[in-house]
Amino acid sequence: MELYVPILVLAVLAAGFAVFSVGIAPFTGPKRWNRAKLDAYECGIEPTPQPVGGGRFPLKYMITAMLFIVFDIEIIFLYPWAVAFDKLGVFGLVEMVLFIVTVLVAYAYVWRRRGLDWD
Amino acid sequence: MEPAEFITHSGGAIGVAWLMIALPLVGAAVLLLGGRRTDRFGHLLGVVTALASFVVAVLAFVQLLGFAPGERRRGIALYDFIPGMATKVGLLVDPLSISFCLLITGVGSLIHIYSIGYMAHDPGRRRFFAYLNLFVAAMLLLVLADNYVALFVGWEGVGLASYLLIGFWQHKPSAATAAKKAFIVNRVGDFGLLIGIFTIFATFHSLKFAEVFPAAHGASQGTLTAIGLLLLVGACGKSAQLPLQSWLLDAMEGPTPVSALIHAATMVTAGVYLIVRSGVIFQAAETAQLVVTIVGVATLLAGAIIGTAKDDIKKALAGSTMSQIGYMVLAAGIGPAGYAFAIAHLITHGFFKADLFLGAGSVMHAMNDEVNMRKYGALRKAMPVTFATFLIGYLAIIGFPLLSGYFTKDGIIETAMEHNAILGWLAVLGAGITGFYMSRLVFMTFFGAKRWEGDAHPHESPAVMTWPLIILSAGAIFLGGFLIVGNRFMTFLSPAVGLPEHLPEFNPVSLTGLVTLALVAVGAVFAWFRYGAAEVPAVAPRGSFLTAFARRDLYGDALNEALFMRPGQWLTRLAVFFDNRGIDGVVNGLAAGIGGSSGRLRRIQTGFVRSYALSIFVGAALLVGAWFVVGNL
Amino acid sequence: MNGTIQAPTIEYALLAPMLVVFGAAIVGVLVEAFAPRYLRSAIHVPLTLLSLAGAFALTIWQAAAKGIPTKAAAMGAVAVDGPALFIWGTILVLAFVSVLLIKGEDHFVAAASAVPGSAEEEQALHEGAAHSEIYPLVLFAVGGMLLFPAANDLLVAFVALEVMSLPLYLLCGLARRRRLLSQEAAVKYFLLGAFSSAFFLYGTALLYGYAGSIDLAKISTAVGSVGGQDTLLYIGAAMLGVGLLFKIGAAPFQAWKPDVYQGAPTPITALMASGTLVAAFGALVRVFWVGLGGLDWDWRPVLYGVAILTMVVGAVLAITQTDIKRMLAYSSIAHGGFLLVGVIATGKAAAQNASALSGILFYLVAYGFTTVGAFAVVTMVRDAGGEAWHLSRWAGLGKRSPLLAGIFAFFLLAFAGIPLTSGFFGKYAVFQAAVSGGALPLVIVGVVASAVAAFFYVRVIVLMFFSDPAADGPSIVLPSRGTAAVVGLAVLATVVLGVYPQPVLDLAHSAAQSLFVR
Repeated sequence: MELYVPILVLAVLAAGFAVFSVGIAPFTGPKRWNRAKLDAYECGIEPTPQPVGGGRFPLKYMITAMLFIVFDIEIIFLYPWAVAFDKLGVFGLVEMVLFIVTVLVAYAYVWRRRGLDWD
Repeated sequence: MEPAEFITHSGGAIGVAWLMIALPLVGAAVLLLGGRRTDRFGHLLGVVTALASFVVAVLAFVQLLGFAPGERRRGIALYDFIPGMATKVGLLVDPLSISFCLLITGVGSLIHIYSIGYMAHDPGRRRFFAYLNLFVAAMLLLVLADNYVALFVGWEGVGLASYLLIGFWQHKPSAATAAKKAFIVNRVGDFGLLIGIFTIFATFHSLKFAEVFPAAHGASQGTLTAIGLLLLVGACGKSAQLPLQSWLLDAMEGPTPVSALIHAATMVTAGVYLIVRSGVIFQAAETAQLVVTIVGVATLLAGAIIGTAKDDIKKALAGSTMSQIGYMVLAAGIGPAGYAFAIAHLITHGFFKADLFLGAGSVMHAMNDEVNMRKYGALRKAMPVTFATFLIGYLAIIGFPLLSGYFTKDGIIETAMEHNAILGWLAVLGAGITGFYMSRLVFMTFFGAKRWEGDAHPHESPAVMTWPLIILSAGAIFLGGFLIVGNRFMTFLSPAVGLPEHLPEFNPVSLTGLVTLALVAVGAVFAWFRYGAAEVPAVAPRGSFLTAFARRDLYGDALNEALFMRPGQWLTRLAVFFDNRGIDGVVNGLAAGIGGSSGRLRRIQTGFVRSYALSIFVGAALLVGAWFVVGNL
Repeated sequence: MNGTIQAPTIEYALLAPMLVVFGAAIVGVLVEAFAPRYLRSAIHVPLTLLSLAGAFALTIWQAAAKGIPTKAAAMGAVAVDGPALFIWGTILVLAFVSVLLIKGEDHFVAAASAVPGSAEEEQALHEGAAHSEIYPLVLFAVGGMLLFPAANDLLVAFVALEVMSLPLYLLCGLARRRRLLSQEAAVKYFLLGAFSSAFFLYGTALLYGYAGSIDLAKISTAVGSVGGQDTLLYIGAAMLGVGLLFKIGAAPFQAWKPDVYQGAPTPITALMASGTLVAAFGALVRVFWVGLGGLDWDWRPVLYGVAILTMVVGAVLAITQTDIKRMLAYSSIAHGGFLLVGVIATGKAAAQNASALSGILFYLVAYGFTTVGAFAVVTMVRDAGGEAWHLSRWAGLGKRSPLLAGIFAFFLLAFAGIPLTSGFFGKYAVFQAAVSGGALPLVIVGVVASAVAAFFYVRVIVLMFFSDPAADGPSIVLPSRGTAAVVGLAVLATVVLGVYPQPVLDLAHSAAQSLFVR
């Protein structure tokens, strides 16, 4: 337990400072409201007006990114299999084929549902 | 001889004895849940289920006869509610219960058939048959149960059916009141029975007949007496015995088939069944037995006296029912020597009293629902079949030689005489009064001059009503002799209730028998001179104080009112006061407290996912903290 | 690393029920990819129902013909033991029933991507578009539910948890009406679910740090032998507990339940309230008894507190609810508390453990059927805006539709635990086990909470039967055959389990007798 005492002390100090500074602010600071302060924070730019209902924004890039991750993970699984290929033998081959087929099914779904079309 | 052992049984008609209960129950469920869709065939369904139940009963009876007498107590395991606890439910088919089953389903079916005609023009006919079916099912459960809990369920079931049927014509305030009265008075009895059952469980740690009865002798005299008296309270409520008799007369507000089925033939005999079934307990507690006999004799006299003064044909018959059940209770209180006579009289009474009631219903049907006998007279020509069957029922009930009542009632009187001379002579006196009031009833209705109201056109009832009458009167003629001569019924019943040490001999010319007959004859002749030969005034004369006493049901209602109702009302007011101020305060406060804290806690549910996440985080911190505290203890 | 990897062995026959469900789900995705739109539902419904029925048959066959295995399968990763088989059977039947409900009416959105109230939505509705993906999604979720209670190591449990949860997050957002509420529910469920999964995973990591293994059995042995690392153990176990307790909706992790149950399409709510609860309880019991069994002196008092809090919060908060689905959600929280009583009701004796476990198993079956039935009734009471959730709209339902109101009243009585309903025996079995396990105070709290809960169940009954119906009250849609079958089955199960529970009690008992394999 002794080992942790300094960390604990640091944690308490840090937490204390954070709580103190947030807690003291309403009492010490001046309160002046203006439009800019109440606006949504968008990196300092004027927020663009949104259509009613929030509007839609394109997900094209996100879909691509998600597909990338799926295949990325497939690769990650393929890699250790490649390393231990001969030791796992037929069992490894069958399981890996099953895995790839499963990913392929998802790929087929994306393809048929036009997830790969950019427009 | 002791009762036979209980034998576990399966297979055959006895194995499916539950069908007897299930069939009418299904009928009732279909009719009640089916709504108006079942209006067209409702009555037929009711009749068919009752008849099917009767068929099962007959088959079970035949199968039972196939066993040796010592093996005729067949228990069927049905259902185990909570394994390992005293909640096993089963049925017990033995000579006692099968006798009841045959009576309930047999007479019940006839009354179902009769009701097709009687209720033909009633808009609630379907509902009526549903209730009748419900009653049959509950009554069969009552007699077939192999333990006190199921018996109690059936007991309450018949109480419910009786309530629904007495108040069947709810639009009449008198019917609604009568139904309520029957329910409340029965509640007193049920309460006694319930405490009795509790006491049985506390004493024997079981409620199964098969476990309680063999152990009965082991319990202390005081406990057994208490159990016996509590069971008697229950029996008094259901069987309209003093002091819980007051509801039965009012119960005549229900449709006449109901009076015949429930308030004459079957339900009101449940008390007798209970006493006979629990015979082992009563035999071990002499005091309880003594009280039973006293209650029986007092009721048989009270009922008879009430019967002499009523002008309402159904109420006069109701008084008679009280009186006859008094005989049965008397016999049931005597012990094994009386059991067979009690049940035999119960069965024959079921037939002739149903016959009389249905006959009275037929008369009322013909006379525009008039019940006042002073407005009848000379109906024997207008309604020959009803008259003939009614006459048979009448002769049977007064104990005319060789008819059913002669054998069974005389048996009770003889047994009572042997048991205790005072009880015996009082029973004889009761028989004499019976002779008087029944003759009065017959003479006022069927003989003398026409005293009909202007628009009455009496006519014979349709065949669907007369045939049940004919069948019932056949039973009223032959059944008694068949059961009693040669102790046939006593022997049959013995596996269930035991046998007395000396079998009684049937003696047609005993002193008691002759005196009884003479008294009955005197009563009948007296009635002839007052009501048959003489003019019957249209309005009842004031009469002596004794007549007033009888007309007011021996002041039973006044007594109840003074002793229970008024103090009860005060108690209620007091209770309401305290309930409002004290208990409601606590309850409402509690409810408000929970509701209030609920309302406050509800605010935690802000709908913001961030605060939910925070609560999870805090919860996790608490969990970790708690674990540390507990782990380092 | 000395390179001695051995090819693992997998008992495919043992895992067949799960494989069937997952396989059908993958086939379902292919159907989505290649079948023309008008054929999809026609293929999905029989495929889904058949695969669930087939998996159920395989489960029964496994238990009946092959006997209950005494060793964990798949190199110790999946334990197909008595309780697991019982839970599988339960989940598969409940899922089957829920699928009948799903196909029953139009519960699902036409185009999930269309903004609520927009022109696209109009158009999608007009075209009659439908997301037939719900069937494979449900199958994936059910597959996860099967794996979760059988998972014998923490990583498999985590994977199962995610496989079960992710499709549910999606399904929650697919309601046809009140779409914003539904989408809000989905986002909330997803965020909080992810949050709690993180706790689970963190706990797993800490326990691995403590025991050097994620295998439940190995953790169990380490609890007795490894010294000086109690901090890791305690924090790890508590974190793991947070993840599991979140899934069953125990207080103080219950906040998501009312919002999600309310927003999700009602058939999905039915699936979550029955199947997910069963699966999560199976996993909770396994982790706490098998993995942390040696630590029970520590977790029992903690769970004691959680159980009390859960029962009280569920029962008390339900009182002021005015929305039928939220009320049922709180009721589900309270029932989770009652079930936790059973988890605590363990002792050292195997017989005591078996009786507590069989009580839990029976309770899960009883509650699962009743709750599916209750939600099925909710789908049938509708007005112009879809299902009528507000309780005031249910006033006088007994006069309008006595049969439906009667059935719902019956379900409520079963929730309240009135004798002759299945709920009575569920509570009885669990509480009895708790009493003999020495947790009498807990049982007293449970009984009081039941009484409080009975108040709001009965209040709904009173509302339905003794209030005057609203003039423009909701109408009762004529149920499709599927919905009617669900309600009928639920009534039947509730009656039979309440009147003649012996066969199921015996089954639960024999399943519990073998306890968990290690």
